[in-house]
Amino acid sequence: MSDKFDKPDKSDLPQGTLDLLILKVVALGPVHGYAIAQRLQQVSRDVVQVPQGSLYPALHRLENRGFLTADWNETDSGREAKFYSLTRKGRAQLDTETASWERLAQAVGLILKLSPGGAE
Amino acid sequence: MIRWNRLWRRNQQETELEKEIRFHLDQHVLELQAQGISPDEARRRARLALGGPEQVKESCRDARGTRWLGDFAQDFRYTLRTLSHQPGFAAVILLTLALGIGATTAMFTIVNGVLLKPLRYFQPERLVTLQEETEQATQYGNLWAFAYPNYLDCKRDVHSLAPIAAWRGSGGTLSGTSDSEYVNAMQVSAEFFSTLDVNPVQGRAFLPEDDRLGAAPVMIISNGLSQRLYGSSSAAVGATLKFDAKSYTVVGILPAGFEFQNEADVYTPLGQDDSPNLQNRARHPGIAVIARLAAGVGLPQAQSELNSIGRHLAQEFPDSNAGRTFVADPLRPDVGDIGPTLWLLLGAVSLVLLIACANVANLLLARSASREREFAMRVALGASRTRLVRQCLTESAVLGLCGGALGIALAALAIGPFVSLWPGSLPRAQEIHLDWRVLAFALAVSLLTGLLFGLAPILRLPFRALERSVHSGTRFLSGNSRRLQSSFVVCEIALAVILLVSAGVLGRALLRLTALNPGMNVHNVLVTRASLPPDILANPERTRAAWREMLDSARSVPGVESAAIVDTVPMREGNNQVGYSTSPAFLPPSQQPLALATSVTPDYLRVMGIPLLKGRFFDDQDRIGNELVVVIDDVFAQQALGAQDPVGRRLWFPADMSPFSSSSQTADVVRIVGVVGHVRHWGLASDDQAQVRAQFYYPFAEVPDPLVRRWSELMSIAVRTTIPPANVLGSLRHAVRGSTGDRVLYEVRTVEELASASLSRQKFLLLLLGIFAALAVLLACIGIYGLLAYLTSQRVPEIGLRMALGASASNVVAMILRQSARMIFAGVVVGAIGAVIAVRILESSVAGVHSIEPLTFAAMVALLIAAAFVASFIPARRASHVDPMTALRQE
Repeated sequence: MSDKFDKPDKSDLPQGTLDLLILKVVALGPVHGYAIAQRLQQVSRDVVQVPQGSLYPALHRLENRGFLTADWNETDSGREAKFYSLTRKGRAQLDTETASWERLAQAVGLILKLSPGGAE
Repeated sequence: MIRWNRLWRRNQQETELEKEIRFHLDQHVLELQAQGISPDEARRRARLALGGPEQVKESCRDARGTRWLGDFAQDFRYTLRTLSHQPGFAAVILLTLALGIGATTAMFTIVNGVLLKPLRYFQPERLVTLQEETEQATQYGNLWAFAYPNYLDCKRDVHSLAPIAAWRGSGGTLSGTSDSEYVNAMQVSAEFFSTLDVNPVQGRAFLPEDDRLGAAPVMIISNGLSQRLYGSSSAAVGATLKFDAKSYTVVGILPAGFEFQNEADVYTPLGQDDSPNLQNRARHPGIAVIARLAAGVGLPQAQSELNSIGRHLAQEFPDSNAGRTFVADPLRPDVGDIGPTLWLLLGAVSLVLLIACANVANLLLARSASREREFAMRVALGASRTRLVRQCLTESAVLGLCGGALGIALAALAIGPFVSLWPGSLPRAQEIHLDWRVLAFALAVSLLTGLLFGLAPILRLPFRALERSVHSGTRFLSGNSRRLQSSFVVCEIALAVILLVSAGVLGRALLRLTALNPGMNVHNVLVTRASLPPDILANPERTRAAWREMLDSARSVPGVESAAIVDTVPMREGNNQVGYSTSPAFLPPSQQPLALATSVTPDYLRVMGIPLLKGRFFDDQDRIGNELVVVIDDVFAQQALGAQDPVGRRLWFPADMSPFSSSSQTADVVRIVGVVGHVRHWGLASDDQAQVRAQFYYPFAEVPDPLVRRWSELMSIAVRTTIPPANVLGSLRHAVRGSTGDRVLYEVRTVEELASASLSRQKFLLLLLGIFAALAVLLACIGIYGLLAYLTSQRVPEIGLRMALGASASNVVAMILRQSARMIFAGVVVGAIGAVIAVRILESSVAGVHSIEPLTFAAMVALLIAAAFVASFIPARRASHVDPMTALRQE
């Protein structure tokens, strides 16, 4: 019926995670949009399907909110590209979002580990 | 500069976005090619992965948030461009809106000026008005005008009100410059102008030492009077003016436009008034008191202080002040009973605005149907749903605002004539002009109407069907939209029915009222107030002689048939309500029946043409010393004595109210000598609903000495003429002025004018409601015509097919008319319900309107149906002329 059943090894990103992932990738150094998409896919070993259609709106949104700043620079191949880097505000946002993500992941993990028998 | 900068920045953003997306695609293509995929396939896959570059760009613009400004500018330009391509369409919409918004704004300007604006004094919310309040209520209620001594005591003791001032309306004859003239005046205490925080532009205000008995006579005059007499506002200070035969020195000129409650030209110190009643705590002429709350004091605090002063005075003067205290209320503009009428008109005019909205919505709907492909194309090119909604809203906002701007211009032009057309004078008329409140209202109305009619096309933006629309390339009309459009027409018809029936009911009421018998012969009667000089008024005998003399001179004027004097003239402001009893035992004051007392001379019946039904009217023998007599009207007879013959029976008047006694403690007994016809004293329209309708007349010659002065201050002369009354006025003025020339006539009216003015509010309402109803019917007809024309044009192929299959022209006409008949019927049903409610409201706020008569209702509905069918017949006929072959070829 839908693509999900054909490709069971790929996951949709939970709501709001894309921003966090983008911030994390950009935190490693100035990087352009295409590279962000590549990096996300590679690092997650193709598990995370980056919807390219929503990558750019997300970038523009983050830039607009002051988490990212952009500069036009030449790439290795000599073409001009828009490189994003993290602002101080963006770094703070990354820290809080990472922390809250970890808290959430931990909590979900705990719940999933519950044995059917009950307490212990 | 800034604008160019911003434009440039916008372009730059667009270029960068374009560059960024292109870079992404190129990189992806390069990578795919490196994997050995053909360039074409690589480009296809890259685009697919990105999901359409235009859509991505659109989402990016959305993500930037601030772009709505740019979009708005774009939509704005686009709207103007599309409208300029359809000038006829734009003109109809703008005109409809301008009419609707203009009429509503004009009406609101009046409501705002008369009812909503605060008073124009400094900090008007801290001004209060004071009244005396008694524990026991009589038939007049329990609130009373102040006694002057009570005011003086309050002024001495109160701390939470400062300043506190007294005033009293008066008037008199001004002479000493050119011709004598009667002017409105006010007696005010020294604190009056400082309470209102008004300073004379020239000279000074009254000082405390001016405001006492025996002080040098000084007056302050209005700017208008100063201009009129001296041509400037400075020359008057120091001049001497004779007011009621007493010489005053002018000490101050008020700012132009100053007025308090009523326009007055002359202000004199109240404390100089030497009439003995003024100093009386029990029987006094009554003064009004205003005050300003002292700094940091609230109304409750002032009230409790007044209560304690009231208690002290009640102990000190138990005869007059027992159970009496003082209440303070916020000072409000005095606008009479005009409020409901104004709100009613505003309500009526907003119905017209609603119809205009429905019409415009329908026009936009019809247009949006033909724009379906345009929208479909834009969605395909990446426009989001919100984007289209925004565009629709921008369009309707632009239309609404343009219509609103035209409407404001229209209102600004119409407001002047409108106010001058108002029957009588509109209270606070000088406050009526466009101000920020009106502009804010018009802006809100424009935007709201824009939203109202703009919502319709949005609701039917067919997002699901868009692709189909692009594919099929044909225009289609969903049943949904047809229902929506029909329901707008139904609403329009319903609203038109409401207005039409209201106008019909009012018209019917007016017809009935005009045909009513006023109870007298209103033709060829002139009534005018007359003032006698104070030296004559001081002596009752001389006063009576002066009146006799004036009547004799009036009778000698050519064209005058008979003359009489009277205190309260029918249908003019002013009445004297007196309690009475048919036995020596009185009911408690609050339950005593009341009657209108009128003091007249014997010729009054002849002058007014009132029929004598039984017994006799007065003659010269009815004077002080002889038996006290009254003549009652048939309403009084019915109310007080039922079927018994009233002539010869006796009536008792309580001592404190009797027009025959002034201070005696005993009730007066009078004999009824005759019965006359009822006169519609309260006006043609209002008399039926009036609370006190019974009338009796008593001879002026039997008014006792102490009351003669007060009565004479209120008297009018009435003359019946054989020629048009206006023609005798000049010679009448001259004849009665007397040897010293100080007997002046003022407030000259014909009784015919008074009768007609008593219906003026109904007439004016009918005029306006009639205009509104006509507008509503016109708009509804345009609406039904427009919709049918549009629907028919959509159905041309179908009609062609029907005709090819054998349908006749009359079949087609019938088919279209059936369609409109359904809408008209539904509209009439809904409108009938609304009309019943509307007429209820009319009934409660306009005297003389009764519930809907079936005939009026049927006539009005028939009128509307006829108009609506005429409007539907044109498109129906056009449809029947469709040439089947052409129509089918179109398909």
